[in-house]
Amino acid sequence: MPVYSEKVMDHFLNPRNVGEIEDADGIGEVGNPVCGDMMTFYIKVKDNHLSDVKFKTFGCGAAIAVSSIVSEMAKGKTLEEARKITPSLVAEELQGLPKNKYHCSNLGAQALNKAIDDYLKKQGKMVKSKGRRKDEKK
Amino acid sequence: MRKVYLDNAATTPILPEVLQAMLPYLKDAYGNPQSLHGWGDEAREAIEDARGKVAALVGSQPEEIIFTSSGTESNNFAIKGLAMAQQSKGKHIVVSAIEHFSVLHSARTLEKWGFEMTQVPVDKHGLVDPKEVARSLRKDTVLVSVMHANSEVGTIQPIREIAGLVKEAGAVFHTDAVATAGTMPVDVRELGMDALSLAGNQFYGPKGVGALWLKKGMRIIPFLDGGVQEGGWRAGTENVPAIVGLGKAAELAKTEMESGMAHLSTLRDRLIEGLLSRIEHVILTGHPTRRLPGNASFCVEFIEGEAMLMLLSQRGIAASSGSACTSRALKVSHVLTAMGIPAEVAQGSLLFSFGREDTEEDVDYVLEALPPIVDRLRQMSPLYAKFLKAQKGGK
Repeated sequence: MPVYSEKVMDHFLNPRNVGEIEDADGIGEVGNPVCGDMMTFYIKVKDNHLSDVKFKTFGCGAAIAVSSIVSEMAKGKTLEEARKITPSLVAEELQGLPKNKYHCSNLGAQALNKAIDDYLKKQGKMVKSKGRRKDEKK
Repeated sequence: MRKVYLDNAATTPILPEVLQAMLPYLKDAYGNPQSLHGWGDEAREAIEDARGKVAALVGSQPEEIIFTSSGTESNNFAIKGLAMAQQSKGKHIVVSAIEHFSVLHSARTLEKWGFEMTQVPVDKHGLVDPKEVARSLRKDTVLVSVMHANSEVGTIQPIREIAGLVKEAGAVFHTDAVATAGTMPVDVRELGMDALSLAGNQFYGPKGVGALWLKKGMRIIPFLDGGVQEGGWRAGTENVPAIVGLGKAAELAKTEMESGMAHLSTLRDRLIEGLLSRIEHVILTGHPTRRLPGNASFCVEFIEGEAMLMLLSQRGIAASSGSACTSRALKVSHVLTAMGIPAEVAQGSLLFSFGREDTEEDVDYVLEALPPIVDRLRQMSPLYAKFLKAQKGGK
């Protein structure tokens, strides 16, 4: 078993915001089962705020914990604030992740961003994808 | 909380009798077997006694047993040492695609040293077709290595047939019997190989000790150079307590083999039957009948192995998985891949390996604990959601 922090274990054993949003305003799917992890984020947006965030994740303990903490971090935030949830912030919030699980925190931040992109696109507000942020690693 | 250890493929526990046999050699009987005095005599006699017991387990002569530090060392020694000793005859070796990394990676090292390697494929049950081995043999083939059984999926190979074909072609045949020696009958004369690896911690002996059986007259290059220990084939002061432990474990394994196998296969069949009937979309991996008595391996679709292991661990159950997330290299098991199992299915790999201490109540406990774990992870899984939607749409 990898050495996970208490916070990772808590979010893995009691994941917050699991599920789908039927009438989601934005959906973001990243990863694929062949690599071992796949995450789908669903968001509801009200007055530029993330009024609801839900996720479904296929993957290891870290992937599930990351999805849960990202959903918790994002909920209630403005879209701009939610964009600032970086992989390193996610890892920090989880009291660290084993080195070989760090890619899971990237996936979480990416999935949320993709859901926001999807929302903006649907609203016709999407200018251009900014691409990967600096601190995102493949 | 109940504790259920079903990871005997990783290591078996050490038997109390084995520990008792070892203790004197960790304390007062500390002599070096090479020393020419009473302390040395005592240690030397102890390792020769162990050699006889290990030889009896595999049906060999005592002088054909070389003690090593592990199954991994035995495999490295055999693959590299046998190939290097034959290189004037040719530089081609053959291994199966599902060998342990200590065989596969040794073969890759030989490639770097100028050898050519052929990997023989396996079928969907993990079985090596002897015809495929025959097809891979060339004039310059000097060594073939096929494992007796695979510990991840349990499949037992038709070793005798393969040994016959290899011998006919004039090559040396090695078998990694780490998963079988001490668990099921292994008789080197009957099976007809030239070298065989085994490891103590697979049959209730200590870790850090293994053996290579090498047929008398076989040429091999020593892996460790140094003194005259093990007839000069394996230098280094002998690990006397561990060797004594291996000997004791071999003796017990031989006397209790029949009842041990019956016990393990009862548990295995109870778990396989129970799990397949309780959980949908579970695939039994490995061969349905030609399998290790203690091996129950599956792929649970739509979820990932590490998450299952963590939740099982919460219930006190120890198992293992060949999923990418459970491996440090983040790669799905090469065994499952070689069997043609799609990567996303292989992510749900789950292996239960039984030992002598496990009981039918333990099996029932797993059968009760696992279904809610699978349900819970499937409820979280986008793959399962997609599958359900597709199924609904199809109807």
